[in-house]
Amino acid sequence: MKVDRRSFLGLGLGAAAGVALSPVGAKLTDDSSIWTQTWFLTPVPEDGEITFEPSVCSLCPGKCGINVRKITNRPVKVDGLEGYPVNDGGICLHGISAIQYLYDPSRVKTPMKRNGDTFESISWETAISEIKQKLGDIRKSGSASKLACVSGDDKGSVAQLFQRFLSAFGSNNFYTMPNLESALALTAQTMHGEDATIAYDLENAGMILSFGAGLIEGWGSPVSCFKANASKKDRGSKLYQIEARLSNTAANADKWIPVKPGTEADLALGICAVILKEKMFNAEYAQYFGGNFNKFAAMVQNKYSVANVSQTTGVPEAEIAKLANLFVKFNKSKSVAICGRGKANDAVSLKEFAAVHALNCLVGNINQKGGAWILPQNEYLQFPDVVTDDAADKGLSAKQISTSATGFFSKIKATSKPDIEALFVVNANPCHNLHDAKYITDVVKQVPFVVSFSSFMDETAKQADLILPSHTCLEMMQDLPSGSGVTRQVVGLSKPVVDPVFDTKNPGDAIIELAKSFEGSIAESFPWDDLEGCLSEVASDIWDTLSEDGHVVVSDKAPGSLPSVDFSFLAENPATAALAGDNNEYPLILIPIDNMRVAPGAQASSAFAVKTVADTVIKGKDGFIEINPATAKNMGIKDGSEVKVTTPSGSVVVRATYFHGIMPGYIGMVQGLGHDMNNMYVADKGVNVNELITPVFETGSGLDAAFGSVAKISKA
Amino acid sequence: MNEIEKTEDCCGHGGEGCSDMEKKARDDKGLGMGVIFFIVAFAVCFLSGWLVFPKLLYSSKEQPFNFDHALHVSEMDGCDSCHYLREDGTYNGIPTLESCMECHDVEPLGETEDEAIFCEKYVATETEVPWLVYSRQPDCVFFSHAAHLNGKNPMDCVSCHGHIGESEKCKPYEENRITGYSRDIWGKNIWGIKKNPWDRMKMDDCAECHLEETGHQGACFQCHK
Repeated sequence: MKVDRRSFLGLGLGAAAGVALSPVGAKLTDDSSIWTQTWFLTPVPEDGEITFEPSVCSLCPGKCGINVRKITNRPVKVDGLEGYPVNDGGICLHGISAIQYLYDPSRVKTPMKRNGDTFESISWETAISEIKQKLGDIRKSGSASKLACVSGDDKGSVAQLFQRFLSAFGSNNFYTMPNLESALALTAQTMHGEDATIAYDLENAGMILSFGAGLIEGWGSPVSCFKANASKKDRGSKLYQIEARLSNTAANADKWIPVKPGTEADLALGICAVILKEKMFNAEYAQYFGGNFNKFAAMVQNKYSVANVSQTTGVPEAEIAKLANLFVKFNKSKSVAICGRGKANDAVSLKEFAAVHALNCLVGNINQKGGAWILPQNEYLQFPDVVTDDAADKGLSAKQISTSATGFFSKIKATSKPDIEALFVVNANPCHNLHDAKYITDVVKQVPFVVSFSSFMDETAKQADLILPSHTCLEMMQDLPSGSGVTRQVVGLSKPVVDPVFDTKNPGDAIIELAKSFEGSIAESFPWDDLEGCLSEVASDIWDTLSEDGHVVVSDKAPGSLPSVDFSFLAENPATAALAGDNNEYPLILIPIDNMRVAPGAQASSAFAVKTVADTVIKGKDGFIEINPATAKNMGIKDGSEVKVTTPSGSVVVRATYFHGIMPGYIGMVQGLGHDMNNMYVADKGVNVNELITPVFETGSGLDAAFGSVAKISKA
Repeated sequence: MNEIEKTEDCCGHGGEGCSDMEKKARDDKGLGMGVIFFIVAFAVCFLSGWLVFPKLLYSSKEQPFNFDHALHVSEMDGCDSCHYLREDGTYNGIPTLESCMECHDVEPLGETEDEAIFCEKYVATETEVPWLVYSRQPDCVFFSHAAHLNGKNPMDCVSCHGHIGESEKCKPYEENRITGYSRDIWGKNIWGIKKNPWDRMKMDDCAECHLEETGHQGACFQCHK
């Protein structure tokens, strides 16, 4: 028997045929494809029990109810909470990304202390003790008023505990970042003399006359506005958008009326003049018009004639008269006028807010269905009086440095001997979000002792001497009152839906701990063990319902009484703040653009949100300016080409994108970009438009009213 | 001189001195050996593929203790007493220990050895039972029970899971050594041939039913998110 070549061939062929006709080949192919999905690098979420935890989102002023889906205690998805009075199941893209903030690469993981140009980790005990030591020295030197605090807002117990700490310490220098709620409260105070806020019944309004308010760009309480906007067709409601640029809201409106930015107040007063001249104002409500109404009426008809206003605003005369008629006579139900450009958390002008509110007063929609409601401030927190000692009394007798956060930074200046010895920053990022951000950063650098309570190593935290990291939205218990133009006054309770990922604390607990570390009156002003203990006492009227149901509806109806109207402020025809800089040197005007997908607040956008931004806003790391093709072609600038944008505050290189929806002579840049953080998904993308805008302060209110900046561009 | 060299001597140089008949006889003999090798190799590989390969591919594991489905179905009145859709549409799958403890306690309900194991090892220590799930799909597959149980023509459990509800004994769990998933997904038949709809739970089986019921076998993203 010979074994030859053919035998081997036979063996091989036989084996191959045997295997081919057995299931081995097909089965192994299938199995190996599944096997590749089980490699250890493939992320596979754990299976487990699914639970839902209701809470309230604190990422923006909207304060929406959320429902967090968890699998074995791990949050995996955030939904809108059905039935919550503010958003009723709706949610925005930032809300659904709340989980990403938990694991954000730029989170501050432990308390940190500056050591030269770097930071080192320290314990909470050491951090609190160091702050106590520094602040104790400041008080001993009789300079209690030289402690300041910049907060995202002044609503809710956490912000009010910081304000209380300053009062107990002896300082009036508590500032909030610019926001819609503050502007509305100031308007209510100015026009009605009441400690109140203004809310807009948009979901029942017949005609919404919006002076730049980005109803679908994140104005007010975003989801609530989305819903009101989405239902307007069914209700027969109309939206007239007065805005310099064809924003998404303008594109979605029934009519877009382009206007020169910064002249919205003039247009509102021009419409008032037509209403008064034609005697179309609401005679019934007019009996509540006090304080200089006649003077106001005479002033607007004299100074804001249709011809004058048309000249100032660029809106045709006929259009102004038509708007006035439509606003008064819209037949479905009451018309309402709203204002605050974009998200209204940038520069605001009291003149503009008051002028637009005057329209609401003239048409008589105050406290009416579909109108503007003057609601008393939601005073559900009843703190006991602050206990003060001599040092505190002395400090509190000193005048507040400014009336606005931007004004405060502008006044303390970057000198070797600043007016401030210590600064707390909580839920705010002034070094990125205030105008002239680089200047603000320089000022903060000069403050001898800066304590940041940020969750992230953001632009302001980087300048701090100590960082006491806060929980993020999903880790924190806090009360969150609604506001920002929402008619339903709701107090929501944000609950920790997950254990803290890092060694962070609730800033409310941290400030109580710090206060208690002092002896005497400061500790006496904080008799609670923690924020929850504090809330259960100071909100005792609603605490049981709040802690059980997660929210309390304080009121959801228009007040029965009608407030009187004081036109004194407007009757004086306050000056409109003009932009700083020479128009000849800087022939263009740069305006910031609010984009719903980009968060311009204390917390930068999430990685997910950044991924959703169009490539005419960010492309790779490049930022863009929008420019009208007519303007661009005059300057020889091509679509997509690099340009250098220069303003009195600085210059940046970005790319140009043609947009027919922006008026010739104007350029627009999305705000909320250009972050300098350790987060590869968010940082170094685009540029920070706030670095290019010089603040201008409105006479009287002291608010930063810079709606943009004069600018010039050249090929880069 | 060996056989091969002899062959070369005889025929390697143009076949001088070899008759045609001799050549043919030698060729046939070589072919014959090749055929034998072919047949043997074929038989070995073919039979191994059918008989040995499955035994090598799957390991056999026992459940932590036997679970009597038939008893529980009769006591609890149907599958959905323990396997149910939650209000939000998610499916609870295998009940947790907490669910079991709605009826069971540390004290055994019955006298079986399995009940004793359950009570001592899991209930008393509050440890979840590490059940081996016959129908667990790979992680890349999204399957919604709600979509199949709700609607106009809800499916019954048997359509996919067979008559497991009538079983008194848990069959051994056969785990694919390569993928780590249950043999029930591919099916008992190693060639993947099925007699009943519940014999396999592969993608083709889903597609087959979808085609039959909906007129379309479905799109990738319906199951692979």
